[in-house]
Amino acid sequence: MARTPVGPLEYTRRTWMRLTLLATFIFLYAPIVTLVAFSFNDSRRNIVWRGFTLKYYEKALGNSELIEAFVNSLAIALLSTVIATVLGALTALLLWRFRFPFKAGYEGAMALPIVIPEICMGVAMLAFFAKVGWPSGLPWPFSLSAIIIAHVSFSFPFVAVVVRARLAGFNQELAEAAQDLGASEWRVFWDVMVPFMRPGLVAGALLAFTLSLDDFVITFFTSGPDTVTFPVKVYSMVRFSVTPEVNAASTVLILLTVVLTGIALWMQFRQEKDKS
Amino acid sequence: MENWRRGRSAFWLIGLGPTVWLVLFFLVPLAIVWLYSFAELRGLVDMEVTGTLDNYARALDPLYLGVFGKSVVFAGLTMVVSLIVGFPVALAIVFAPPRWRPVLLLLVILPFWTNLLIRTYALIAVLRVRGFANFTLEWFWDQSNTLLSLLGLGSYQLLGERFEPLELLYNNTAVIIGLVYVHLPFMVLPLYAALEKLDRSLIEAALDLGASQWRAFLTVVVPLSMPGIVSGAILVFIPALGSFLTPDLLGGTDSQMIANVIERQFKSANDWPFGAALSFLLMYLTFAALALRAVVSRGRGGI
Repeated sequence: MARTPVGPLEYTRRTWMRLTLLATFIFLYAPIVTLVAFSFNDSRRNIVWRGFTLKYYEKALGNSELIEAFVNSLAIALLSTVIATVLGALTALLLWRFRFPFKAGYEGAMALPIVIPEICMGVAMLAFFAKVGWPSGLPWPFSLSAIIIAHVSFSFPFVAVVVRARLAGFNQELAEAAQDLGASEWRVFWDVMVPFMRPGLVAGALLAFTLSLDDFVITFFTSGPDTVTFPVKVYSMVRFSVTPEVNAASTVLILLTVVLTGIALWMQFRQEKDKS
Repeated sequence: MENWRRGRSAFWLIGLGPTVWLVLFFLVPLAIVWLYSFAELRGLVDMEVTGTLDNYARALDPLYLGVFGKSVVFAGLTMVVSLIVGFPVALAIVFAPPRWRPVLLLLVILPFWTNLLIRTYALIAVLRVRGFANFTLEWFWDQSNTLLSLLGLGSYQLLGERFEPLELLYNNTAVIIGLVYVHLPFMVLPLYAALEKLDRSLIEAALDLGASQWRAFLTVVVPLSMPGIVSGAILVFIPALGSFLTPDLLGGTDSQMIANVIERQFKSANDWPFGAALSFLLMYLTFAALALRAVVSRGRGGI
């Protein structure tokens, strides 16, 4: 097979190494691929291939509860991303620019939402909204407010990490030059800092969006009967039974994340090309 | 970096929003749960914070201690299996031709971008009795049987009378498989980062001096990639320890982890004080794992 003999360090060309790699990728992808494939399968029993059909997509589209949950999920992801991006960017700026007392402690507190188990954050949110008597039964976008708040709380520290990594490469002389030329602090912020931060902001926002769309555990504790999100709805369907309809709905969500990831990667690629 | 005193107005303008949010919508909720962990139930839903330690004492009950132990064992096993599977994968990616590396890395990360619930659901379809894993096994069974009858051994029924599907779902094995499936990228990425920085001439030197590949791996590659191993181990252990969905959907009645017990206290058992105490114990366990990592990496840095 190999034209040249395998060198001592060419581990990837060794057969057993390739087999391990292949087996791992099968392990990672086989479940997802079968899930997608069988959403097109014309059989309720979901195991043997009986021909191509789109009827489960029609069924999923006709399931008003599922559609409502999907719309809720998108609305929550969109709104929480906007707030989380602003708060995350401000956190990054604060930590990047200022030296202040107890900074290490502040950074530690900001990292807490990233490290504590999701279940702990979920029950904390449940206890909090119950304790303050958060109003339920508000008109639509406001009825999602509790979930949005919870999502912002766990995603904005992630945005802060991403934006801060970007800020680490900022050349302070740019801001000083602008100030020397008479720009106010506000102008420097809008015309120098924000454009520089933009790739970090976009990457952070996409991360926040996927985190929000992905979250089940924390949402599970903050959602009520009228505010079901897509993962929560799928969870209740999965507990009930495994149906091709769930496969169809899942495929749509996988597609959505793959497209979003593609956009993120493409933007990163373009940004790296700009630099060189 | 400037001192905050030199730009007080900018400091407050930038810092106020995120700080208020963090305190109000994160630290206060945590504090409420912390207070509840010292509360007593009064009636069905009412609680009174009395400073009692009963909830923590109850968590030391062998039943719940067992659940904690099981969670730690599950997370530990997940860590070990991920390391065993992830190391060759990371090694293969690092030593792949340069233009293949980003593609292979992307292939490892991509499933991570798929919804956790959907991935777990996909595993159910693979592992259940009438699932694809058993289908594949049955196919192999049929093929082997055909082979055996071709060899004239068909009448002995060496493989049993008919195919017995394996019970792969709703047990501890399923939970471990699910946890590894979900957390593998967390292990591969730090290992890749550590192995990529490795100076290859060191391996060559070991081989030149007569070490076998295996010896070179154990005495050169593994020690030099230790920071990656430690990071990966912690990155797998911590989320695995607090998993809720995987044991909930793939596990049986005896494979419940600590998060499942917490969920039950808050959702169906309605014993919030006890659930709060369990939550904080889980959090302390997480912090202990993080502290251990800090100690290990500091110890290594000192050498």
